[in-house]
Amino acid sequence: MSSFSNEQLERYSRHIILREVGVKGQDRLLKARVLIIGAGGLGAPAAMYLAAAGVGVLGIADADAVELSNLQRQIIHGTPDIGKPKAESARASMERINPEIKVNAYQTYVSAANVMDLMADYDFVIDGTDNFAAKFLINDACVIARKPFSHAGIIRFQGQLFTYVPGNGPCYRCIFDSPPPPDAVPTCSQAGVIGAMGGVIGSLQAMEAVKFITGAGNLLTGSLLTCDALRMEFRKVRLHRRRECQVCGDRPSITAPFDYAAPVCDIAP
Amino acid sequence: MNIIVSGVKKEYPEGLTVQSLIEAENVEAQMYVTVSVNEEFVKNAEFADTVLSENDSVEFLYFMGGGI
Ligand SMILES: [Zn+2]
Repeated sequence: MSSFSNEQLERYSRHIILREVGVKGQDRLLKARVLIIGAGGLGAPAAMYLAAAGVGVLGIADADAVELSNLQRQIIHGTPDIGKPKAESARASMERINPEIKVNAYQTYVSAANVMDLMADYDFVIDGTDNFAAKFLINDACVIARKPFSHAGIIRFQGQLFTYVPGNGPCYRCIFDSPPPPDAVPTCSQAGVIGAMGGVIGSLQAMEAVKFITGAGNLLTGSLLTCDALRMEFRKVRLHRRRECQVCGDRPSITAPFDYAAPVCDIAP
Repeated sequence: MNIIVSGVKKEYPEGLTVQSLIEAENVEAQMYVTVSVNEEFVKNAEFADTVLSENDSVEFLYFMGGGI
């Protein structure tokens, strides 16, 4: 176990005091590596909390640049960041929160060509993407690479998430077999989303990563947690792995990640 | 008979199918909703033929594509 500096003992004191974390758990956090895909509404709070928590290496992948219409929810970026690459803007915020962590910024779209390499060095993946092509790609890659990840989606006043751990509960494809056709279901740009919804659900994704790393409590596997903020109702829907699932089933037909054409949830600024 | 819809107990006539429940509940984007009955997924192609029974617990799961 690493020995903590006085500054670390102070910075992480509220973690270390927890029975479920302690010095051992904080040490695990400092040695952990988490990849966050998407520096947007979900990725922003997830990245900020994980940086603050002292997760040793954080990867942040996003190909886009910060736009004015992002700032209503993507709190890792500020008004002076407009026009900057989101991955770099996010990195700067994370390093400002906690200079002792290492942040790898990837200014790239995640695709079948790079997803396996990108994930290889990380223990846990956070899906903070905004389109079904990316969500299915991340799911397939994580199932194939046996990599635990947190899935989430938000729209309007609603959000949902679950955690995938190999051999433990369903994957995204068990629940949603394949992406809906473009425009068949509302996306954020058409339907809108409350910024704080990203805060609620993205923070829960960070919570799952922290629990995975420290071993505290039970992960959100085998259930989809849904949040309806208008009714302020959280529900946990229990689900099981589908034996006919195309990627995690007994006889998978998907054995390598592939790209769907990506209609992205972007809105004219 | 009683059907538990998204955790809420409701009264529906006998012989109710998953498809008729989806319509009665005004489910959004009905062709793309995922349905589970008693924690087991029902294939979309079988919505019309799946008859519900007393105290079945039905959940509707929706695509949520947003994040950025
Ligand atoms: Zn699956």
